Amino acid sequence: MSGATPFQTVGPFFRFGLIFDGCNLPVGAGDGARIAIEGTVRDGDGAPVPDALLETWQADAAGRYRHPEDGRAAPSDRPFDGFRRAATDPEGRFRLETVKPGPVPGPPNRLQAPHLVVGVFARGLLTRLVTRIYFEDEAANDQDPVLELVPTGRVPTLVAKRIAEGRYRFDIVLQGKDETVFLAP
Amino acid sequence: MTGLRPYRPIPTGTHPPNDFAAYGSTRLRHPKEPPVAIPQTLSEITGPVTGFERFGPLEVDLTAQHASPAQGERIVVEGRVLDEDGRPIAGTLVELWQANAAGRYRHDADQHDAPLDPNFSGAGRAVTDAEGRYRFVTIKPGAYPWRNHANAWRPAHLHFSLFGPSFLTRLVTQMYFPGDPLLPHDPIFNSTADPAARARMVSSFDFALTKPEWALGYRFDMAVRGRSATPMDAEV
Repeated sequence: MSGATPFQTVGPFFRFGLIFDGCNLPVGAGDGARIAIEGTVRDGDGAPVPDALLETWQADAAGRYRHPEDGRAAPSDRPFDGFRRAATDPEGRFRLETVKPGPVPGPPNRLQAPHLVVGVFARGLLTRLVTRIYFEDEAANDQDPVLELVPTGRVPTLVAKRIAEGRYRFDIVLQGKDETVFLAP
Repeated sequence: MTGLRPYRPIPTGTHPPNDFAAYGSTRLRHPKEPPVAIPQTLSEITGPVTGFERFGPLEVDLTAQHASPAQGERIVVEGRVLDEDGRPIAGTLVELWQANAAGRYRHDADQHDAPLDPNFSGAGRAVTDAEGRYRFVTIKPGAYPWRNHANAWRPAHLHFSLFGPSFLTRLVTQMYFPGDPLLPHDPIFNSTADPAARARMVSSFDFALTKPEWALGYRFDMAVRGRSATPMDAEV
């Protein structure tokens, strides 16, 4: 056999198969500054999407990924590993509780501003959409090697707004006005 | 970032387009803007490869999760998780969810007039062995109606979710059964343009997996995005 298996939609009924109490490892003392990222997923009519699944992947507070290809000192024995999974509720809302990641290496001799990479799945999406969550209180956004590839007027769709200490808002618009920038790495 | 080996683009026609009118739910959910091409950085090359125990104990026999055996046609589904070049991916999580024998999901939003089976939940998870192999025992799911178009029925299918070694190897797909008469009529299956790629979503009946007096066996290999042989040495 050769060749990739095609993507198919996650469909409307994934919840009982993919969402469990334990699917998000706890954030412990020493993992970094705790944050919550909350938002709503909306469709091209502005209607909430009640059956979307989000997955996020991120570095730790020191900007290290828990993965064998991150050659820097690996984040040891702490439980949090950088992965989060959340489904939207009937009003299309989601909430991710995590830690603020540090800056991570980018293309040669560049640093990337703190960010999460995001996968979006839903009924009506035949593949996974990929995007990123940046943070509005990070000055490094101005020098970020990925954000600089995004048309200036659309950059705000990738930047979470700070709504309180440790709380950010990040909305996802699948289509139309203020459509979120999706990425093709 | 030097030294990282990038993942190759998937050939056109393998993955479906998100703008696919025959599947009605795509209409308001597909982005209208093309995706912005970005380089593969450490953020994308890495991904969750540990901690799969968070999902709870492995559940590889979906027929035996309750007091009594699940109802329906018992099947064995076995296969390997590979990359596009056929190299096995060991130690990766395989999640499975599905409808029951009557074509009903254990989900509040499923209103299909078919019975739930109190002895069948329909979700399982496995981790691949050193050869990339997984194996489930389950029930062959029923076809079920949906409202996409007149007299629309989904062919019997299992939902599979895979991680692989990177954020870029994430795959969610569906496994179909050979000879299903609904396949030519299903817009989701046919959203993949390349017939050879489409065929990779159809399992094969396998006597070697079939257990006498007990269960039919189906073989289903899945392949995630493959990798370039050489490291990237400059910005993409």
